[in-house]
Amino acid sequence: MEALGFNMSAGYLEGVVRGYKGGLLTQAQYNNLTQCENLEDFRLQLSATDYGNFLANEPLPLSTATIGDKATEKLVAEFNYIRTNAVEPLATFMDYITYSYMIDNVILLTLGTLHERDTHELLERCHPLGVFDTMPALCVATNVEELYHSVIVETPLAPYFQDCLSAQDLDDLNIEIIRNTLYKSYLEDFNNFCQTLPSPTNELMSRILAFEADRRTINITLNSFGTELTKEQRARLFPTIGRLFPEGNNALARAEDVDSVKAAVEHIAEYKAFFDAAEKGLTTTHTDDNDLAAGGAGDADGTSLEDEFYKHEMRINLGSFLQQFQYSVFYSFIRLKEQEIRNLVWIAECIMQDNKERINDYILVN
Amino acid sequence: MGYYLAYSALGGGASVATTIALYLLFTGQGEVFNVGRFLEESSPYAWALLGIGLCIGLSVVGAGWGIFITGASILGGGVRAPRIRTKNLISIIFCEVVAIYGVIMAIVFSAKITGVSVENMYSTGNYYTGFALFWGGIAVGLCNLLCGVSVGITGSTAALADAADPSLFVKILIVESGKAEEFS
Repeated sequence: MEALGFNMSAGYLEGVVRGYKGGLLTQAQYNNLTQCENLEDFRLQLSATDYGNFLANEPLPLSTATIGDKATEKLVAEFNYIRTNAVEPLATFMDYITYSYMIDNVILLTLGTLHERDTHELLERCHPLGVFDTMPALCVATNVEELYHSVIVETPLAPYFQDCLSAQDLDDLNIEIIRNTLYKSYLEDFNNFCQTLPSPTNELMSRILAFEADRRTINITLNSFGTELTKEQRARLFPTIGRLFPEGNNALARAEDVDSVKAAVEHIAEYKAFFDAAEKGLTTTHTDDNDLAAGGAGDADGTSLEDEFYKHEMRINLGSFLQQFQYSVFYSFIRLKEQEIRNLVWIAECIMQDNKERINDYILVN
Repeated sequence: MGYYLAYSALGGGASVATTIALYLLFTGQGEVFNVGRFLEESSPYAWALLGIGLCIGLSVVGAGWGIFITGASILGGGVRAPRIRTKNLISIIFCEVVAIYGVIMAIVFSAKITGVSVENMYSTGNYYTGFALFWGGIAVGLCNLLCGVSVGITGSTAALADAADPSLFVKILIVESGKAEEFS
């Protein structure tokens, strides 16, 4: 029934976003990109794609950071076009998408301040989708209370922050806990909001968010081994949605090593397959700077597991384009485009460092 | 929220109607609401013309609805793939055809209406013509309404599919035109 009235408010935007999705790089274009000898070639190859001349005005030599920034700029421009044309409830839906970037920015700034990094440099590194007005003030906060009252209270993140006010001071571990608590509340809130939207949006979004929640749960568990995080603290960070909730989450809360994690997720065939693939080492390692995983960098197994997760995320997100008259295409497009930007940066990085063996480790999104 | 409102309106209306009906029945006024007399006393012309009006009206609503669903998607898809804009006019035309079917049927129906003097009006044949045209008109109108909406939804899918992959256009077009023919 959703088809009867959906196009009234969002039909045009859905068409546009599907058009954007059609502009994602294809396998052939990736093949061309990976053949490039230097970044000049890379730019030339990109100009034949949907990106056009987005690097035309950049001074030489190009850096991979510039490529990433410019590509993100393009994504932000597309996002803003849709956001400004959106009406309720799509507008709220798109705002929810930005909240996850806001969380990342808050954490980035507080971490940076903790390590006494330059404020301006930090502000430049923030993701443009998650920018909010009071962001520069984050750099002066020294404890959680102050952080909340001076900055967060005016942002949409305020309700999510309620849970982590108990943490006393800002150190590395506490900031990680705050990040994960925020993200947990965000995922649950987003999921609740999506359930108020008419079918098929709620079905598709709960599938996407369930995977996101499960991925976080598994990552938190894996990364908490060998840290001072207690099991009770860990269990509180797990989102209460997803396919692992509740019994998988309980098992993960008790897990003490990778094998028990594997046993806990065994009843879900897809996740078991990830662990098997990661164990075999079929996939090679792929780190990236926008790592969503909690804690520090994982070991070699952890990163290839991360790869498997990314691949599965792309599969789910591509799946949401198979149904019309629903909102999850907007979310999925942003995720696909983000992965594409990560791929571009990865390929550019490999070209820069002349590391041709690993250049094909990008994750195909189309 | 909207559901609660709709349900309470429905429930309230039903109980009010039941109360009035029972009141009339138990106070010996059951004859006040007499369906048979109403049908006998109303003019067959009224029935016939109402049917023809609904026939053409609902058909045009269906066509318009379909065109709006298709049009929004063609506009959106056309932003990044301008080549779809001319090709997909065919989907708009499929919707429009539904309205034309409605017009044709209305003309056919109205050919059955002839002038009758008042004293001859309430004959069995005239009652038959009136009710037949009424229900015929409603049937055609509703079918065309649903047809227009369905073709519109398929048309919007066709537009987006064409924008994503040009080879899909013909395949979806066959589905779409098949549906259009079937309904009419």
